[in-house]
Amino acid sequence: MSDVPGNLRFTIEHEWVRREPDGTAVVGITDHAQQQLGELVYVELPEAGRVLAVGDAMAVVESTKAASDVYAPLDGTVREVNPALTARPELVNTDAYGDGWLVRLQLTDASQLDGLLDAAAYSDLLAAED
Amino acid sequence: MTEPLIFEVSRAGRRAPSQAPAVMADYSDLPANAIRTSIPLLPEVSELQVVRHFTRLSQLNFSIDTHFYPLGSCTMKYNPRAANKLAMLPGFLDRHPLEPAAHAQGFLECLYELQQMLKAVTGMSGVSLTPMAGAQGEFAGVAMIRAYHLSRGDAERTQIIVPDAAHGTNPATATMCGCDVVEIPTGPDGDVNVDALRKAVGPRTAGIMLTNPSTLGVFERRITEIARVVHDAGGLLYYDGANLNAILGRALPAAMGFDVMHINLHKTFSTPHGGGGPGAGIVAANERLEPFLPIPIVGRRDDRYGWLAEGERPQAIGRLSGFMGNAGILLRAYVYMRLLGADGMRRVSDFAALNANYLMTRLAAAGFTVAYPTRRASHEFIISLKNLARDTGVNAMDVAKALLDRGFHAPTTYFPLLVPECLLIEPTESEAVQELDAFAQALTDIRDLAIRDPAEVKRAPLTTPVRRLDDVRAARQLDLSWQSRPVNLPASNNPPTPQE
Amino acid sequence: MVCWTPLRTATCLPQKTETAAAVPFIPHTSDEIAAMLDAIGVSDIDQLFDEIPASLTISGLPDVPAGLSEAGITRLMKERAGRNATSVCFLGAGAYEHHIPAAVWEIATRGEFYSAYTPYQAEASQGTLQLIYEYQSMLAGLTGLDVSNASLYDGATAFAESCLMAVRATRQTGSRRILVPRYLNPVWKKVARAMLTGQNIELVELAAVEGRSDLSALAALDGENFAAICIPWPNFLGGLEPVDELTDWAHERGMLVIAVCNPTALALLKAPGEWGGKSADIACGEGQPLGIPLSSGGPYFGFLTCKQALVRQMPGRIVGGTLDVEGRPGFTLTLQAREQHIRRSKATSNICTNQGLMVTAATIYLSLLGSEGLRRVAARCHANTRDLIASLSSLDGVTGPTGACFHEAVLSLPKAVAPVLDQLAAAGILGGFDLSADFPELGHALLVCATELRSAVDIEHYRQALADVLGVPVAA
Repeated sequence: MSDVPGNLRFTIEHEWVRREPDGTAVVGITDHAQQQLGELVYVELPEAGRVLAVGDAMAVVESTKAASDVYAPLDGTVREVNPALTARPELVNTDAYGDGWLVRLQLTDASQLDGLLDAAAYSDLLAAED
Repeated sequence: MTEPLIFEVSRAGRRAPSQAPAVMADYSDLPANAIRTSIPLLPEVSELQVVRHFTRLSQLNFSIDTHFYPLGSCTMKYNPRAANKLAMLPGFLDRHPLEPAAHAQGFLECLYELQQMLKAVTGMSGVSLTPMAGAQGEFAGVAMIRAYHLSRGDAERTQIIVPDAAHGTNPATATMCGCDVVEIPTGPDGDVNVDALRKAVGPRTAGIMLTNPSTLGVFERRITEIARVVHDAGGLLYYDGANLNAILGRALPAAMGFDVMHINLHKTFSTPHGGGGPGAGIVAANERLEPFLPIPIVGRRDDRYGWLAEGERPQAIGRLSGFMGNAGILLRAYVYMRLLGADGMRRVSDFAALNANYLMTRLAAAGFTVAYPTRRASHEFIISLKNLARDTGVNAMDVAKALLDRGFHAPTTYFPLLVPECLLIEPTESEAVQELDAFAQALTDIRDLAIRDPAEVKRAPLTTPVRRLDDVRAARQLDLSWQSRPVNLPASNNPPTPQE
Repeated sequence: MVCWTPLRTATCLPQKTETAAAVPFIPHTSDEIAAMLDAIGVSDIDQLFDEIPASLTISGLPDVPAGLSEAGITRLMKERAGRNATSVCFLGAGAYEHHIPAAVWEIATRGEFYSAYTPYQAEASQGTLQLIYEYQSMLAGLTGLDVSNASLYDGATAFAESCLMAVRATRQTGSRRILVPRYLNPVWKKVARAMLTGQNIELVELAAVEGRSDLSALAALDGENFAAICIPWPNFLGGLEPVDELTDWAHERGMLVIAVCNPTALALLKAPGEWGGKSADIACGEGQPLGIPLSSGGPYFGFLTCKQALVRQMPGRIVGGTLDVEGRPGFTLTLQAREQHIRRSKATSNICTNQGLMVTAATIYLSLLGSEGLRRVAARCHANTRDLIASLSSLDGVTGPTGACFHEAVLSLPKAVAPVLDQLAAAGILGGFDLSADFPELGHALLVCATELRSAVDIEHYRQALADVLGVPVAA
């Protein structure tokens, strides 16, 4: 059973979003997503400054048996990417909601956050997938 | 048993002197700034060391010549030795590709007759032998479809429809041709969902890529209806010939409504797989698409053979190889086809189907879950180990590795993606029933062991030159060449052993 | 438009074979067939095809001739091979006749290499995998770059794949144009166009002067956006391109540099890894000179190497070293997430099968030659071509190239090349490649090549034959 923290928002594509005090949003893939992929061997991240619209492919996560696009959950501009993942992609496996974060976005419209799933809704989604 | 790297055997100053000119010729006329300053790292070894090293390496492989190799969708049938020997006759082997056609009439006659036989087994009206692998044949076919639409001013047709069960090359090819991929689902019985297809086609449809029998090991029964739907929408049909072995001499792709197709000569026509090529992916087309075939093509006038190129084929999609494709492989296929003859070709599909259906029946009787139990197997079939994995934790990969210990190459695993924990099994026509029985018994033994002692199966393989390899390490700590090998990786731990 | 007649239909009618035992490569006895049908629960083999709609089934292949015995096909093929006249070869233009050690194909065609497939089951394929790793190491060494793939189809497609790779690697610049010198193999350019047009990638020609790229033409290109420049080494005319200047020029403008090389030449000539201040980024070429027979045009293999930073943009299979569960070193396919079977429509290429058996031969070849042997081969090819040029240009009206050449060179003849080649061919000499169709600016230009296999006697034979054909005195 995978971990679904209550303080985050989620997408049906298995991304999570955390609103930061400075108004930016941190994005990663969920514990469930990393379990499905298996041990990650490579993470391709966007360049800082790239402008994203909801649904744009913004990153790629690769294991030895699968590769998956990660889609922008919200409109925004890439402020920062997680520099540790270049050398240690396994951080996504070991700490999907913490050290394994992918990108930090400057949001275009913070109200879009309200359209994402909350933890309960995401848990329901996972239950339905099983 | 492992073998040291050839670089570990190397010693400075050692050579195989009879293989190179006895003296270094003068090259002092070359400008100094064009001369290499570093010495390339190549091994320094004797001829015997080379022969022994590579002979030993060969012995670490499973192959058709040594093992039953039921790798689904790859058609690992016997590769007749005569095909190799005759394709390597000096008159073919020593010929420069740009030698005048007048000097190559025997070679060209073989290729011309190969084209004719390939038309006969496909029902198509034109063939180009030039693509060097199935994927390149696919590229040719989709590029021809694009060129056809563009020749009619129909520039909007850029969507290629593929079923979700398709081989990965199909969508990858569509992308290489600048097309978008539209995926359609497969129904529960393994046939394409025709209602979904009806919704997917439209004015942007360039065509559909289908394998028939499909990668699920079953014949697409509604193929005529599919062809009508796609043609009515203005699209064309591409036949992926990966599974032609199943219907050779039984049905013609052209009659099913396909406009263009490729054939993997290294599958149906038994040219060697060579540890991953060279293959040959000849492309065949009906009258509508024939003008777009890649060049060159062998033509015949009076009793002379020659190449048809840009001048004769102005609408061709162009050239796909530096000369004219994998000539030596084409000759091997030609020899194989002439050995079989018309009757032998039909027997290929007869016995490929007999072996597949027999093995499927045996495994079903032994309690394995057949993916499409209500369907006939084509030349291959799928079993799913989902229940075994759920009950014991032993998955398809574990079973594949355990088969290696029992002297069988594993079937294709985890493809097609639609069937969980699947093995795609293709015995081919050239295997005797005793081999099929032994394989069924081995699978059954492994399954029984998995129920009794799953940990034991998960340890497999135990008898291969190395045991299970760490794929994650291979991908995270890239070690792709000797000179830049990561220092923390040990050298081969198998120094030359005096006695073995 | 030439009109070709259709094939005469097969002269022999197929003979009905009643027992399976008489069909090649099918081991089933009649009793076994009966027992298998019984186990399946069908009465005959036809029933196994009952899901094919009746309207689509055929009863046979009337246009395919009847089968032959092995003795019969041997007789036929020997007769056909015998009709292919062989000549003394001074023709290169992308395929070169070199000595191939006997051991190369004796070993490469062992069944364990010949009849294995792509090494998906690594534990059962260590021979092929280790061999590819050794090959990758050798090609990385030869080109002076970091990593190699496991091969592509041939030189032409390796060139096209290199262009695609460069466009992917520079996608942030948005450029879909590749700068290509005039004297790069003209057929390879055609192949690249066929493979690139679907993705709207364009080859732009860099002008040449005196047989090599014109550096003064670069100024006019400043400000234009290219993904890469391709630099042939040597070029199609045997000319030595200004590789350092072109490499530095391209890198100053954010372009990648693709070296398109003859692998034999690299034993002697500056490696792509040594070009300019920052080295070429990608190297590719035709592997045929490394132990692969001319074989009427194939199978050959393409090689592709690159800097480490570009490895994820590489097409094709890649083998990596790793450890097994007991900590022993072993080899496996790696970086597979780039490939079609995982990435499908987003793969770096649709390639899966490559030219494995050719790589087997090339690895054995390179091991037997070593760097010293390969340098001697390269130096001998160069010296022989130089001798050939000196010999032939001693004839009235024949002139040799200007500037440095390697391994292959252009002769100017006093009259049209094609009929000269025809007459030489009749005398048993493959005189070279007629450049006039592809490069009319060169006049009556003939591309010649003398590998290490040509002797002084061969060269003198050519000189006398050419003198005859041109009607000039043979005087030395």
